[in-house]
Amino acid sequence: MTSLKKLLLGEQGLVVIFALAFLVVSLTVPNFLTERNMLGLLQSVVTIGIVACTMMFCLASRDFDLSVGSTVAFSGMVAVMASNATGSILLGLVAALICGGLVGTVNGVVIARFRINALITTLATMQIVRGLALIASDGRAVGINDPSFYQLALSRFLGIPTPIWVMALFFVAFGFLLNRTVFGKNTLAIGGNPEASRLAGVDVARMRIWIFALQGLVCAVAGVLLASRITSGQPNAATGLELSVISACVLGGVSLAGGRAAMTGVIVGVLIMGIAENVMNLLNIQAFYQYVVRGLILLMAVLLDNLRSSAAGRRA
Amino acid sequence: MQDFLEFRTISKGYPGVQALSNVSFSVRKGAVHGLMGENGAGKSTLIRVLSGDQSADTGEILIDGAQQHYRSVRDAFHAGVIVIHQELQLVPELTVAENLWLGRFPGKAGVIDRQQLTGVVSKKLAEIGIDVDPSVKVASLSIGERQMVEIAKAVMLDARVIALDEPTSSLSSRESEILFSLIDRLRANGTVILYVSHRLDEIFRLCDSLTVLRDGKLAAHHPDISKVTRDQIISEMVGREIANIWGWRERSLGQERLRVENISGAKLRHPISFSVRRGEILGFFGLIGAGRSEMARLVYGADARNGGTVSVDGVTITADSPPHSIRSGIVLCPEDRKFDGIVQGRSIEENMTISSRRHFSPFGIINPKKEGALADKFIAKLRVRTPSRRQDIINLSGGNQQKVILGRWLSEEGVKVLMIDEPTRGIDVGAKSEIYEILYELAADGMAIVVISSELPEVMGIADRIMVMCEGRIAADIPRAEFDERRILAAALPDVQNANTLSHAQVR
Ligand SMILES: Nc1ncnc2c1ncn2[C@@H]1O[C@H](COP(=O)(O)OP(=O)(O)OP(=O)(O)O)[C@@H](O)[C@H]1O
Ligand SMILES: [Mg+2]
Repeated sequence: MTSLKKLLLGEQGLVVIFALAFLVVSLTVPNFLTERNMLGLLQSVVTIGIVACTMMFCLASRDFDLSVGSTVAFSGMVAVMASNATGSILLGLVAALICGGLVGTVNGVVIARFRINALITTLATMQIVRGLALIASDGRAVGINDPSFYQLALSRFLGIPTPIWVMALFFVAFGFLLNRTVFGKNTLAIGGNPEASRLAGVDVARMRIWIFALQGLVCAVAGVLLASRITSGQPNAATGLELSVISACVLGGVSLAGGRAAMTGVIVGVLIMGIAENVMNLLNIQAFYQYVVRGLILLMAVLLDNLRSSAAGRRA
Repeated sequence: MQDFLEFRTISKGYPGVQALSNVSFSVRKGAVHGLMGENGAGKSTLIRVLSGDQSADTGEILIDGAQQHYRSVRDAFHAGVIVIHQELQLVPELTVAENLWLGRFPGKAGVIDRQQLTGVVSKKLAEIGIDVDPSVKVASLSIGERQMVEIAKAVMLDARVIALDEPTSSLSSRESEILFSLIDRLRANGTVILYVSHRLDEIFRLCDSLTVLRDGKLAAHHPDISKVTRDQIISEMVGREIANIWGWRERSLGQERLRVENISGAKLRHPISFSVRRGEILGFFGLIGAGRSEMARLVYGADARNGGTVSVDGVTITADSPPHSIRSGIVLCPEDRKFDGIVQGRSIEENMTISSRRHFSPFGIINPKKEGALADKFIAKLRVRTPSRRQDIINLSGGNQQKVILGRWLSEEGVKVLMIDEPTRGIDVGAKSEIYEILYELAADGMAIVVISSELPEVMGIADRIMVMCEGRIAADIPRAEFDERRILAAALPDVQNANTLSHAQVR
């Protein structure tokens, strides 16, 4: 192998490619490398970034969750409606977390205890939950009464908007959870070989329920921040989010066959998605083309991953 | 006779490991050539190079004097080289005949000529003496029969060289015998056979010549196997003398530790009861399919029980799942490494500490120093051949993977009852005696140990007492003083009159 090939196909290959792409874009696209644009870019990936943290766990354990978009919209709705009704933002937040956690737990229990395929289960809950959001709001956007709710998204700390901090915090926390805790390692083990993990004493069913419950909770956080940013609860918010999130994870080297995941990879995956969209916006490329480009990026990432595996000479 | 298959200065390296360096030897026409060596010595790698699955870094292969340039398994096929791996490559949902024709079905315009399909196959099977119905699905065959079909496939493709990588590791002794006579017939036809095994008996029974690999290098080449002794081969393999592989010593036994009463389950209808004392090693012997693994899985809670109780130190364990059993001090090291043991894609370290890591993880946060130290300790103790504990387990040789899975349970704390199913399958002689030594140590510390094995010499070599199982029941319970090969075997065989249906009873 030449050293260039080694660099690109090695462990940190994606990071290297990302750095190169970032450099090229910074030099060629006007207005890209400005503070304003950078913050805007990060703001735009907050929802994807936060949800990707737990989607990574889900995929790493060989599961799948299509219901995240609906859950984000639903829990955003709940937060707005509950805080409007009670006059307390805190109660609104708690209600949203409970609802999100509940959706996740239901997913987990159905999948792990009743052994229903994750794809089917979450396809069902995706529709049910979206339906609930539409029913609750009668299909219309629900405005926020208390302006201090906006502050969740608008406030800044050290000049950087709060949602970006929240996302960064999640990256750190879930990176730690994945790499340094029994929970994270067991997640990866389940993905690698569920039966072997069970026989090695991992409570596989309980782990899976926890992973889905966490996923629901995290969706609720993302939903609240999203509602605050768009200043209302929108029943149609975050449609198609599940695909963007899964794309970001796959871009970041999370294996759909389970057992392989890294937080740094996922962060890079999320940023690549954000940059691609941002650059296309800056260059005034029509939205129609953006779909094509996003699809192509995903395909390339998967091909790269494939090349990397065969270069590493894996037997399986 | 002249040399037919020749390896010339073959070298092959993986990141951090030189799997083969400068290996050269040759095999005569019509010879069965043995390939031996410790786990990780490079046997499978050499076979993979021969099969075109991996390409050598340097060196060449000559068949019948012609240099081979193949770059894929398909090319090797065409050159007449066929490898039969441990993981068999048949399609279970197709019939035997369909499998044998796969890729080049006879017939016209895409319509398969059924007549020819089964006709040619039955003739061929009869010719080489394989007693399998060509019209049954492969899924319904035993592992042994499937292996026969693989060999038949090789014969149908006019293979000139057939390589077998540890073919008998999951065969019953009867199935092995059938395989051996098949190999004898192939030898008479002039086929060159490369035979990898850790079992010296088989090597002496089958092989004409032998090559020993050590650390990827050629340690010895014996053109005539009748001129070497077992001890010589062992010392060539492991680089030291092993006087007595078993090394059993008298131990004092304590009070009853494990008591199993009337346990039964879906695959084990008749209730089974037995007990093991502190410090005792209880061997379970029986034919494949006798129900030993099912019994152990029930005790461990891996499968659902229909009834019965398990108690440890006089306390009944209500646990019915592996995590509970582990916490009550009962562990099971499963039989099937590939499906029930290794976690692919994860490191040796993670595979080894998957269960024990909770002991050094306050609040679920793993202490990486302790984890690493534990993994390194057992890598050294079990002599796992690897450049680093961070290596993906899938990159280890078969025997080394087995050692890692053993390490998983030997490193667990608070174990009172250790059950091991086929502990040394695919493991080399040197490491075997190492593992027995560890078992004796654990027993001396008061652990109750249950060893399930299909190798009679092994059970007789290390157990303090043997229970023989036959068709889901306990057929005999024999203390060490009364060990007798004939008696044990007789108890393991179903009914003498039914001896000819035996091969079907062994279907797993
Ligand atoms: N894909 C790979 N990547 C890295 N190392 C590898 C790979 N394949 C094999 N090795 C290493 O090459 C060495 C030789 O392995 P090989 O499988 O040939 O051993 P073996 O003699 O067949 O052992 P066993 O008796 O355990 O089957 C081992 O140290 C193994 O870890
Ligand atoms: Mg091997």
